[in-house]
Amino acid sequence: MTAVAENPTTSASGSRGELPPAPEGSIAVTVKLHRFNPEVDSEPRWESFDIHALPTDRVLNLLHTIKWYVDGTLTFRRSCAHGVCGSDAMRINGVNRLACKVLVKDLLASKGKHTTITIEPIKGLPVNKDLLVNMDPFLDAFKAVKPFLITYGNEPTQERIQSAADRERFDDTTKCILCACCTTSCPVFWTEGTYFGPAAIVNAHRFIFDSRDEGAEERLDILNDVDGVWRCRTTFNCTDACPRGIQVTKAIQEVKRALLFRR
Amino acid sequence: MAIALDAPRSTRRKPSRRSNFELQAWLFMRISGLALIVLVLGHLFIMNILDGGVHRINFAFVAGRWSSPFWQFWDLSMLWLAQLHGGNGLRTVINDYARKDATRFWLKMVLYVSMVLIISLGTFVIFTFNPNISN
Repeated sequence: MTAVAENPTTSASGSRGELPPAPEGSIAVTVKLHRFNPEVDSEPRWESFDIHALPTDRVLNLLHTIKWYVDGTLTFRRSCAHGVCGSDAMRINGVNRLACKVLVKDLLASKGKHTTITIEPIKGLPVNKDLLVNMDPFLDAFKAVKPFLITYGNEPTQERIQSAADRERFDDTTKCILCACCTTSCPVFWTEGTYFGPAAIVNAHRFIFDSRDEGAEERLDILNDVDGVWRCRTTFNCTDACPRGIQVTKAIQEVKRALLFRR
Repeated sequence: MAIALDAPRSTRRKPSRRSNFELQAWLFMRISGLALIVLVLGHLFIMNILDGGVHRINFAFVAGRWSSPFWQFWDLSMLWLAQLHGGNGLRTVINDYARKDATRFWLKMVLYVSMVLIISLGTFVIFTFNPNISN
C-alpha cells in the first residue's frame, strides 16, 4: 500500500499507530534522514530516528518502521519491495542503492560502536519531498534515445528470429530496471543535467546491438552529440551503483567504440 | 480506425548526420596525449637532465637548438599539441562545471582567446627566431 499521511504538516505519529516492542535479537540503530517538506521547510534538513532493527532487516524495513510507527509524514517511493521494480533507489551511506536490497547487517558499525545509517534522496534530480525526487529529467533522457524496436520494410510473417549469440550480445543491458541509481551517481550528470546519463545510454545500447533492430544509426547519431557518450569520464560510479550488476561503463565504452568504427 | 500503412512504404531513412566534433575531440585527446608523453618527457630530459641540465641553458643554447629544423619541429608540435590538448581539456571542464550559459560562454571565450594568442605567439617566435638579435 502507498500510505499517505492525512495531515502532512502536523502529524508526528506513524500511520499505523504506536511503535511495537523491539523484536528479540534486534539492535538499536540511528537512521539519519535527509528530509525536505516543501510546505514547511525552506531548506532540506537532517532528522535522526532511533529505532530497533534486526540484522536481517532491509533498509526499506527501517523506513517502513519510521513511516508506520514514528513519523507518518516520511515520503519515499517503493513498489514491489523486492528489487524488481526499481522505485526505491536512494543514497544509503553515500552510495546509490535500492533500499529493498541492502541488509542492515551489512551496514553495522564495527564491534561496540553505535550504527548510524544515513539516507538521502538520489542526487542530481529535483527533490519533491524527503526521498522522493522528480524523475522527469531522467525519463526524458531515456525517451530521447528511442528505446523501442525500430524496423523498416515489410513486417515479417513470423516472429523476428534471433540467434542465441546475437541475443547474448546485448544481454547485459536488457537487465535495466530504470531505477536511476547509475545516472544519479554520475558526477557529470550532477553538474550538467543535459547529459543523457548512463541509464539512457544503457537502454540505447540494448537496441543498438540488437540484430533485429534497424535504428542503430539514429541512436548513435543522438549519442554522438555534445551531451552524448563523449561526456562520459569513465569514473565507474554507474557500474558500482547498478543494483542489477550491469557493466554500465563497459556498455558506454562499447557505444563509443561503435561510433568510432562505424563506416 | 486508421490503418498504419507508412511502415512498408517508408524507405530506410538516412539519419541526420550531426557534427562529429565531440568524437574527433575525444580521439584527438587520446592521440595527442600519447604524442605528448614522448615530446614532453623528451624535452624535460634534454633540458633538465642531459649534460649539466638546466645550468647550461642560455641564449646560445636555444639558438643552437633552433638552428636545426628537427628541434624547431619538435618544439612547434609540442606547442600546438599541448595547447590544443590542454585547451580541449579545459573546454570539457568548463562544459561540465559551468552552471550558467553566460558563465560557460565567457569562460570559453577567455580560453579560446588565450589559446589563439599563445599558439600564434609561439609559432611566430619559432619561425622568425633570429640568433643574431643579441648583438
